[in-house]
Amino acid sequence: MDKPVNQRAWLLVLPVLLIVAFSAIVPLMTVVNYSVQDTFGNNQFFWNGIGWYQELLDPSTDLGGRFLDALWRNLLFSALILAIEVPLGIAVALSMPRDGWRVAATLVVMALPLLIPWNVVGTIWQIFAREDIGLLGWAVNRLGIPYNYTADPLSAWVTIVAMDVWHWTSLVALLCYAGLRSIPDAFYQAARIDGASRWAIFRNIQLPKMHRVLLIAVLLRFMDSFMIYTEPFVVTGGGPGNSTTFVSIDLVKLALGQFDLGKAAALSIVYNLIILAVCWVFYTVMTRMDAQRD
Amino acid sequence: MARIELNNLGHSYTPNPARDEDYALKPMQHVWEQGGAYALLGPSGCGKTTLLNIISGLLTPSQGRVLFDGKDVTSLPTEARNIAQVFQFPVVYDTMTVYENLAFPLRNRGLRGPAVDARVREIAELLDLTPDLNRRGRGLTADAKQKISLGRGLVRPDVAAILFDEPLTVIDPHLKWELRSKLKALHRALDLTMIYVTHDQTEALTFADKVVVMHDGRVLQIGRPEELFERPAHTFVGHFIGSPGMNVLPAELSGRHARVGGHTVALARGYRPISGGAAVEIGVRPEFTTLAPAGAGVPVRVRRIDDLGRLRIARVELAGLPLSATVPDGLEPAGEEASVLFEPAMIHVYADGALVEGAFLEGEAA
Amino acid sequence: MTLVLDKVSRRVGGQAHIEDVSLTLERGSLNVLLGPTLSGKTSLMRLMAGLDQPTSGRVLVDGKDVTGLHVRNRSVAMVYQQFINYPSLTVYENIASPLRVARRSRAEIDRAVREAAALLKLAPYLDRTPQQLSGGQQQRTAIARALVKKAQLVLLDEPLANLDYKLREELREELPRIFAESGAVFVYATTEPTEALLLRGNTATLWEGRLAQFGRTPDVYRRPANLTSARVFSDPPLNSMRVHKRGGQVVLATGDHWPARGVLAGLPDDHYTIGFRADHLHLTGPAAPADAEILSIGGTVAVSEITGSESFVHVDVGSDRWVAVTRGVTTVEPGERIETFIDPRRIFVFGQDGSLAAAPPLAAAA
Repeated sequence: MDKPVNQRAWLLVLPVLLIVAFSAIVPLMTVVNYSVQDTFGNNQFFWNGIGWYQELLDPSTDLGGRFLDALWRNLLFSALILAIEVPLGIAVALSMPRDGWRVAATLVVMALPLLIPWNVVGTIWQIFAREDIGLLGWAVNRLGIPYNYTADPLSAWVTIVAMDVWHWTSLVALLCYAGLRSIPDAFYQAARIDGASRWAIFRNIQLPKMHRVLLIAVLLRFMDSFMIYTEPFVVTGGGPGNSTTFVSIDLVKLALGQFDLGKAAALSIVYNLIILAVCWVFYTVMTRMDAQRD
Repeated sequence: MARIELNNLGHSYTPNPARDEDYALKPMQHVWEQGGAYALLGPSGCGKTTLLNIISGLLTPSQGRVLFDGKDVTSLPTEARNIAQVFQFPVVYDTMTVYENLAFPLRNRGLRGPAVDARVREIAELLDLTPDLNRRGRGLTADAKQKISLGRGLVRPDVAAILFDEPLTVIDPHLKWELRSKLKALHRALDLTMIYVTHDQTEALTFADKVVVMHDGRVLQIGRPEELFERPAHTFVGHFIGSPGMNVLPAELSGRHARVGGHTVALARGYRPISGGAAVEIGVRPEFTTLAPAGAGVPVRVRRIDDLGRLRIARVELAGLPLSATVPDGLEPAGEEASVLFEPAMIHVYADGALVEGAFLEGEAA
Repeated sequence: MTLVLDKVSRRVGGQAHIEDVSLTLERGSLNVLLGPTLSGKTSLMRLMAGLDQPTSGRVLVDGKDVTGLHVRNRSVAMVYQQFINYPSLTVYENIASPLRVARRSRAEIDRAVREAAALLKLAPYLDRTPQQLSGGQQQRTAIARALVKKAQLVLLDEPLANLDYKLREELREELPRIFAESGAVFVYATTEPTEALLLRGNTATLWEGRLAQFGRTPDVYRRPANLTSARVFSDPPLNSMRVHKRGGQVVLATGDHWPARGVLAGLPDDHYTIGFRADHLHLTGPAAPADAEILSIGGTVAVSEITGSESFVHVDVGSDRWVAVTRGVTTVEPGERIETFIDPRRIFVFGQDGSLAAAPPLAAAA
């Protein structure tokens, strides 16, 4: 490579570096800074070293116990979301039409939930699931099933999971559909001639061809569900009790409710690292599986 | 085992076909013998793939019937007919090994145990796939994948006919030679009816006992390669088969002579005058048209000489009409002036594209 | 312009796609890159275009180093195997598009488009959109668009591979004329030896990312520099066999002995590979009894293929499979023992390292 070319390239990257520095690195450093100090208001700060981190990672302390509980809720929620949305998304994609005017119609309908902002989704479901005036809540209660998401933790969970499934299954389905569309007709014809059953076609043709998009879908849905905030905040506000208090909700309670900036900063950094680590593990495991198949 | 009958078979994509043009496949009546190797040859859009899909059951014809060994299978789905098909792009189940790929059709039919193993190994041996049996389908070369596609068809003991839809499209020229001779050897060894669709005349002619030349949804001629070469029933067949294709020149006939561009060409057969204002042409292949020094035959102007390695083809003009001729070994044409010699027995007469029978005259035949 | 590749290599993730290729392409020349799939044809074209950067080596245009220069700043046009046109634009607008981007005047665009359309026989279709055209016409449009740009370097990557055989034949015959009218450097990638012969110009034979030989097309065909080049540039495949010369005798891989005649005569004692083309393997003995030079060896017929004009007889000789081309119809049954004949004055001999050790004089090799 020619040297002059290289140096000019650095110059061109500079604006991007500056933007990233101001938008990400500087705020992040502020958070790091807070996380090693304690404050009693009045802008007075005291050096606390790794004290907050120790407390946070020790389950016997108040802060640590609270964090671990929230973390388990997050993991349970993500696991439920993946377990429901991925198979459901695949099933929906498989039953979508392959050609004709219905393709366009289906795609529009599928894309609708994705266009609605998070807080609006929350509000819709908050009303929809109310036992007094919400259609869903009222109907379920009329069927004799006790359902009240403001009082009963199970109802609250069901509501939030159902809401996320309603909001995001389309994304998984659309990604899978794109994967399915890339399979040439000859594969289906050959499979018919080979006498393959519906399941064998799915297992040996459709699933392998969807593999890559599924990887993306799982990754996206995991990250998104693990960082969930707006919907439970709008619908349950983290309750009843602490039953739907996820890490992100707890974070806001700590930082804005109790104004424990140091604890909140330490929590947000640990939360961030966990998300990065889990995503990295997901990604490596899945790409390695992909490579092994060659 | 299958003898395939096409009974008044036709297909149209429009609901009520009235005119000829409405048919993608014009009604036809043919019988293809059990154990034969047939090639459907024609340009894109000639209906050859439509016909193949009707035989395999991927498409239901809008009229007529398909009979396998006398049994009507017109409305049977693909999986209920005893056929296998090899597609243009190799279909291999990526996640399975070569062995599992070959065993797949057997397992789908509920077969298990040593019988499957024996059959898979037998077919793998036949196709030279034995060393690859434990490899995954993915990452194999295109020709190996195509052999696997074929193997999944052959492995079924009940298979009666194998259909090929341009199977050598993605194969390199060198490997085409190997796969072609492999196919031919298999056909001889297995006594299966094979139907091969292609636009490539070399593949069609070398593969088939009988080549079915199609154009515009119609079968123009069915014949052995040498018949198609030596006596094309239609100018299109003459043009489509052979490389370069047959020379077709407008002519006027008088008995045993044809007048072409002001020159007289002798014919080996005599012809009655052709009435009805039909367009009369003579057709003669470049292989039977030889370039010669000026003055030796019908005068032509040489435009170009193509050196194809094992033969040379002269592109010439006879009174402004383009013509291809073989350049004999040892002849080094100099300048534009030259002539061509025709082999009289190999000149055919066509009226509106269709071959006109001539009569050999006693003592005057070539 | 003159394009020079100077010891160019490209590695991707430790894998060599192009290995030490040096080539000089002169202005106004037509250069064929001939080789099987994955031999590096497309990789080499991408390096020439500036789409990829070489890992080592330089690319020079008219003596100026352009190695790091982006494709946008080079004068390059490309035609692909897939027919790439703007689907919503008419043929006219498709051809005009590169000129519109270059902001030429309306009159200039109109003249250039009509000129290119006439050259490629597209004049009647200028108002149609690509979907209304046949595959051949679509590819003609893509070629016209590449030509109208008047780029200094025009790259065609297997442009005829997706076309029907007959359409391919037609375009193949026109291309040399079309290329001749432009002054650009043309580079044409193909897997088919016949295509290289028809296009003439220069041919570079490629194998596994390496350049086997580069020279005038007939020279490369008639005098391959090495065994790889001879194999790549041979259709049917090159007949070959390993031999051992000892004194006045040549011991074949089958154990048979030949007297060291023809090109074999002058060689020092060593191990060699002999190679000869299918049209130099004969199934009938010498016509003149005086021609005592002819050598012979016995073999078993594997397959015979008949195209009408020619027959390809595949013969197993020892562990080698040879192909003989004969004119007309030759019927031999598979399994039959036959004698094959070779003129030792038409054999290529390659040394242990694969390089040419002896070859027939150029005139005789025809």
